[in-house]
Amino acid sequence: MEKQVVDGLREVFQSGRSRPLQYRKQQLRALLRLITERHADIEQALKQDLNRSMHGTSLFELIGIENDIKVAEREMTEWAAPRPVKKNLNSALDDVYVKPEPLGVVLIIGTWNYPWAMIFQPLVGAIAAGNAAVVKPSELSEHSSRLMKELLPLYLDKEMYQVVTGGVPETQELLKQRFDHIFYTGSSTVGKLVMEAASRHLTPVTLELGGKSPCYIDKNCDIAVACRRITWGKFANCGQTCIAPDYILCEPSIQDRIVEEIQKTLLEFYQTDPKSSPDYCRIINTRHFDRVLALMNECTIALGGENDRSQCYIAPTVLKDVLPHFKIMQEEIFGPLLPIVTVNGLSEAINFINAREKPLALYVFSSDKTVIKRMLKETTSGGVTVNDVLMHYTVDTLPFGGVGNSGMGRYHGKHTFDQLSHHRACLIKSFAMESLNDARYPPLTTARLRKAKFFMGHRMCSCNGMCVWAVIATVLAIGLLVGLLVVLI
Amino acid sequence: MEGQKQVLERLRGAFRSGVTLPVHFRLTQLEAMMSLFEDNETQILEALHEDLAKPKFETVLSEIDIVVNDICYNISNLQTWMQPSYVGTNLATKLDDCFVRREPLGVVLIIGAWNYPIQLILSPLIGAIAAGNCAILKPSEISKATEKLLAELIPKYLSQECYAVVCGGAEETKTLLENRFDHIFYTGSQSVARCVLQAAAVHLTPVTLELGGKCPCLIYGRLDMKAAAKRLVWAKFFNSGQSCVAPDYVLCTDEVKDMLLPFMKEALESFYGSEPQESPDYGRIVTDRHWDRLIELMKRSEGKIVIGGESVKETRYIAPTVIVDVKGTDALMQEEIFGPILPILTIKSLDEGINFINEKEKALALYAFSDESQVVTTVLERTSSGGFCSNDGIVHMTLPGLPFGGVGASGMGNCHGRWGFETFSHKRGCMLRGWGLERVNVLRYPPYTESNLSWLRWATTAKKKGWGGCSLM
Repeated sequence: MEKQVVDGLREVFQSGRSRPLQYRKQQLRALLRLITERHADIEQALKQDLNRSMHGTSLFELIGIENDIKVAEREMTEWAAPRPVKKNLNSALDDVYVKPEPLGVVLIIGTWNYPWAMIFQPLVGAIAAGNAAVVKPSELSEHSSRLMKELLPLYLDKEMYQVVTGGVPETQELLKQRFDHIFYTGSSTVGKLVMEAASRHLTPVTLELGGKSPCYIDKNCDIAVACRRITWGKFANCGQTCIAPDYILCEPSIQDRIVEEIQKTLLEFYQTDPKSSPDYCRIINTRHFDRVLALMNECTIALGGENDRSQCYIAPTVLKDVLPHFKIMQEEIFGPLLPIVTVNGLSEAINFINAREKPLALYVFSSDKTVIKRMLKETTSGGVTVNDVLMHYTVDTLPFGGVGNSGMGRYHGKHTFDQLSHHRACLIKSFAMESLNDARYPPLTTARLRKAKFFMGHRMCSCNGMCVWAVIATVLAIGLLVGLLVVLI
Repeated sequence: MEGQKQVLERLRGAFRSGVTLPVHFRLTQLEAMMSLFEDNETQILEALHEDLAKPKFETVLSEIDIVVNDICYNISNLQTWMQPSYVGTNLATKLDDCFVRREPLGVVLIIGAWNYPIQLILSPLIGAIAAGNCAILKPSEISKATEKLLAELIPKYLSQECYAVVCGGAEETKTLLENRFDHIFYTGSQSVARCVLQAAAVHLTPVTLELGGKCPCLIYGRLDMKAAAKRLVWAKFFNSGQSCVAPDYVLCTDEVKDMLLPFMKEALESFYGSEPQESPDYGRIVTDRHWDRLIELMKRSEGKIVIGGESVKETRYIAPTVIVDVKGTDALMQEEIFGPILPILTIKSLDEGINFINEKEKALALYAFSDESQVVTTVLERTSSGGFCSNDGIVHMTLPGLPFGGVGASGMGNCHGRWGFETFSHKRGCMLRGWGLERVNVLRYPPYTESNLSWLRWATTAKKKGWGGCSLM
């Protein structure tokens, strides 16, 4: 079945239907209509999957997708146009440019925490770049998955874009097929399997994975504001966000203040009983519930800790004095537990971060520019937000992606278009100027070699380009001198 | 003798110390690479002559100058490339700084190939150094003299802390690939590429693969036959056909073929004389095994040899050879030729040629020869390939402004010029927010309300071109 789907899509792709920009824009507009006309159904599905509130869904998924569609539709012509590049003397009369082209059939594997955004945002880029696509939503967010399978063929060209649902066996079967690009969002463990499957067909991949995103709070900062922003980013979607601040690093002297500020903020956001707040989500299923709960075992609970397995509810929880060897510090939490690990200053925080895998996001809160500068310079991560959390994700002109264990490749806005395109180097020559070409033909003579080097080269003499100006300046100076002499004599 | 693991640990330690980060260090290393070429031109010429009987002319153009040009290009532009690039923001994020930092990846592995043993390993190294990485070079063991030369010269000119050469064959490469790198750059064959990609998957290491394929050359419509023949012949028989971007086979009509052949003979004679075997400007096949493979292909072909065909085993010589009346099922059409044998297949129409190309895997390069721009445009629009050049061969890869890389079976990723720097960098998206405007942030906090949502929507939608869209405050 999966093979038929892919073969069918490839045939339609090869017919050239998705080449004209008009077609791609039409499909994007249809996708926008899907969101705007069916948002109530989408909100309902997410409520059932994650107990996400209607506003939460708009805020965290739909507005982002809508924006991406509008930007892609508006800027597609520019993105898809040939991009001229620098020439050398030899190619001065030629057309030299990079031409973005579709890859073919791309596979987009989504995940359950933001089931619509994690599929539709890459899909927007896939459509804009002129590809066909197979979309595989996560079976864990089953209501969203079912709804997506029903809605997509109603709005998009179902011969060019198809939804395949199912669990692990269906995904494995899909991964045996040959795609021209695989875009996977999920865990590092499965990411390795996706890359390994892709290797058999030499298929390039984009992997949006995760990791433990550290959050350093410097003692020189507005701790109250910092904690509000962190609380928002950590407990949205019940902590199930790949770029949620995973753990806090701070000096012992401010740990209690941080707990206090988070407590105040939680009251403001979710009132006294987060379980009855419409804005507080649930863990996706009991397996993850058990996993997250077990992470609390060795820890000292500073706030929260309440839970209810029947509802997959875990209260917003803060854990203090967490030690590096605790289980909670060995894996990505992906839940509403916020451990605080104390360190003695910035250098120790930097070393702590660098001793671990490169994270998808890194956060630093400080009013001191030197602290920020050091943190940026001495660490690496997929992306960074300073003095806030999550926000770098929201600016579509910034490339979003991981590095090392947190992934490879990047997307959002034009970056998705570029990621799912082939950048074809083009040199358009005519038959003219054949005498210039003579320089490169055998038999070798010194004169020919000198001529070939000259026309191929980029430097006039030495490499910093200063020489060119030195020559021009010398010529001018000599000219002036001669002129002066003529005048005087 | 240092083992592979120790080399890797040493380089990792050097990278962690931050020594490669300052622009001054990177420029010094690039300048040292330049000196390596300036001081050792004779040795390079000799090594390449020993490995491939590579003529001086070819070595200078395709192994020395092309790399030196890229070094210069990098030196001139590195400071600019290293600057953070600021991106457009929208109303909601106008007071924030949003920029992209280019950061080194760490320790990278560059695996070279034997056909351009200097260029294919040092050209990626330029990008790796410019981007601030440490690197392990694994030259091809098939081009032995060059391997030995690189092992001697690299530690002499470049920082031994940060760059190392590891020599060996298939076994050593396999062991090397079990280690964890931050990027692997491989040039070579598809079958080995699969193994490289599989080994990389274990550690989630990103890869660049520069592979090959059968680069088609479609010749159609009105043409300057003489110039076309010269350029085609030059591109095909350079390095005795052992170039990943050599035109592998020609597609043209019978009429074009009949007109082209005499010009091709003329071009060959002007290049290599009446006896290419005696020309100092014509190369040889790299090993006996590769020579045997090519002779076997010629034997099994059902086409007719109209130019060349002569060969001498002792010197691994194969004459520049053109074979006509070749069909799609011929032995010569089943694998990348990688030698001085040029099959010509006849087509009746442009469509037939394009369909033939599209039924095969995407190649590293595709060539269209025609004086009619409509023909060139049609071929360009209806096919795909790593790179494309009209009315010439190979030269598109000499422009550092153009990315050099494949697509589909011919590879992934690219290098040359700034593209190399970008390949070996991580583009880190950064946002610096201020402490003010917390009252505005309130719009995004729970308890969520309808009115907050609509304000947010208004403030964050991308309204103007060039302004970044922002999905929430």
